[in-house]
Amino acid sequence: MPRANSKAVRRGIAKSPTGIQGLDEVTGGGLPRGRVTLVCGKAGCGKSLLAMEFLVHGAVLYGEPGVCMDFEETEEKLASNVASLGFDLPALAKAKKVLVDYVSVERSRITETGDYNLEGLFVRLEHAVKTINAKRVVLDSIEALFSELSDTRLLRAELRRLFRWLEDRKLTAVVTGEAGERTLTRHGLEEYIADCVISLDHRVTEQISTRRMRIVKYRGTAHGTDEFPFLIDSDGISVVPITSLALAHKASSERVSTGIPVLDEMMEGKGFFRGSSVLVSGTAGTGKSSLAASFTRAACARGEHCLYFAFEESPGQILRNMRSVGIDLERWVKKGLLHFHAMRPTSTGLEGHLSSVHKLIGQFRPSVVVVDPITNMIAASGSHDVKSMLMRLVDFLKVKQITSIFTNLTLGGDPLQKTAATVSSLMDTWIILRDSKPNGTPRRELYVLKSRGMAHSREPRELVVSRRGIELGRVRRNHPVATGIAGAEAVSGAEEGEWPK
Amino acid sequence: MAEIKRAAKVGKKTSSSRKRVPSKGVAAEFWQLRLYIAGQTPNSVAAVANLRKICEDQLKGQYRIEVIDLLEKPQLAKGDQIIAIPTLVRRLPPPIKKIIGNLSKTESVMVGLDLKPALK
Repeated sequence: MPRANSKAVRRGIAKSPTGIQGLDEVTGGGLPRGRVTLVCGKAGCGKSLLAMEFLVHGAVLYGEPGVCMDFEETEEKLASNVASLGFDLPALAKAKKVLVDYVSVERSRITETGDYNLEGLFVRLEHAVKTINAKRVVLDSIEALFSELSDTRLLRAELRRLFRWLEDRKLTAVVTGEAGERTLTRHGLEEYIADCVISLDHRVTEQISTRRMRIVKYRGTAHGTDEFPFLIDSDGISVVPITSLALAHKASSERVSTGIPVLDEMMEGKGFFRGSSVLVSGTAGTGKSSLAASFTRAACARGEHCLYFAFEESPGQILRNMRSVGIDLERWVKKGLLHFHAMRPTSTGLEGHLSSVHKLIGQFRPSVVVVDPITNMIAASGSHDVKSMLMRLVDFLKVKQITSIFTNLTLGGDPLQKTAATVSSLMDTWIILRDSKPNGTPRRELYVLKSRGMAHSREPRELVVSRRGIELGRVRRNHPVATGIAGAEAVSGAEEGEWPK
Repeated sequence: MAEIKRAAKVGKKTSSSRKRVPSKGVAAEFWQLRLYIAGQTPNSVAAVANLRKICEDQLKGQYRIEVIDLLEKPQLAKGDQIIAIPTLVRRLPPPIKKIIGNLSKTESVMVGLDLKPALK
């Protein structure tokens, strides 16, 4: 179950947690308590779902009963719509936790014969609120009234009165509105909502749909104006927040073995920092996955949980391949320490992947995460999004003190030049695997291009993947690193340092 | 209650002749009207008075008005899907018709109730 992030609640404005994963973090604790929030967007953007989650979570998790006045769906239809999320509306209604009142709006205009007001709606709402002692209210979508009543001036005045009425009763309300042509909502409801406006968007680029959320306005609360990607799945909405707006995560000085003794040796004899991010770049077949698997095995042997995201191969395939190089991962899968999650990179956008990565991490609580390979994740998205998305992921992992390994497939040539700079700059450690032919004999090499916060060896080692796993040897001296231009500086720096002459 | 039942029967029986617009004294149907108000507001008071006058003029002896004050019985608002106040619901003869407002525009009330054809 999602939790509210109490740490993020800021002083000053009281918040009502939505219980929607990520949204409470983004808003610093939820929606403004005792105020009206407008959620707007086009049809199918998820606004009704957001409203219902706010209502049901309120009733179930936070002890705040809620009333939904639904202008579109009947009680039965709404109940079956949200049943797939595990919400049992009839049971909640029976327990007097949630009350749904379907307000049928005539398609045609009603004959109007003189003055009137919307007191009927007020009476109904008040009756419903009193019946279950509601603290939360959803009006979805109140704009439907505009199709029934022709006097829009009166309607606007009445809506204004209704929002004030809700606030006078200290009800926390969510009002939904259909996106207009140039305005946030078709009938300009945003003009009446002073405290909080959230806009949802659903767009399809290159046949991959992405959903985004933007907090347009949130009075009294610092909020990011960024768009936050979100996902709708069987658990409802989850928002992928920027987990750390500042670089405030703590840096661990604890070290974890890489699972390869010589590689540990190359890194001050201790291995990676816990909670650091490691990028392994290399051309096809250089042993990237084997390296990640070695680390995974070592972590599992320490009793740590590992989450392995496979974007290229099925778990079965990975297990078989690793077995062939003497790395038995199956036993850790059976022990429940290693969990594979395989998905097609193009099945959803990058946001979608990140969203499910967040969710699985929340469920599985691993100490190690492997993304193999990250190249495919990048391929699923336009390149300009990649950096901010990856930054969010890396930040998220660091905050959770999860050590992460990303493999990166480079296509021919020098891996240094082929690895997107945007990716490598986010990583604490960058390991290069490549084929070389020093004496006409092809062989593989591994070297650590960078590793923040430690005096690591920059000497390339011969890498042999055999039935006994990954083994690293010493490269003969007369063949120093032949890196590209990008690597030249790092190498010259190393020459002055610890590189044995 | 008995009266409503009887009225429903009458309404059903005469539904074939209902298509013709009834005029004063011709309509054989029984008219059952329900007026929803919320407290004694000027609009509500006016609506009750306006409705009584129209009915006395047009439907003398063949109508019944039920005034429902939603402040007293809020649970009744849902049945007829009341949003606006005042709302007049023609329960009989069928079909059910809704008219909102204080019924001050007599002409449009009569059109709305099918007591008078709409102006072309």
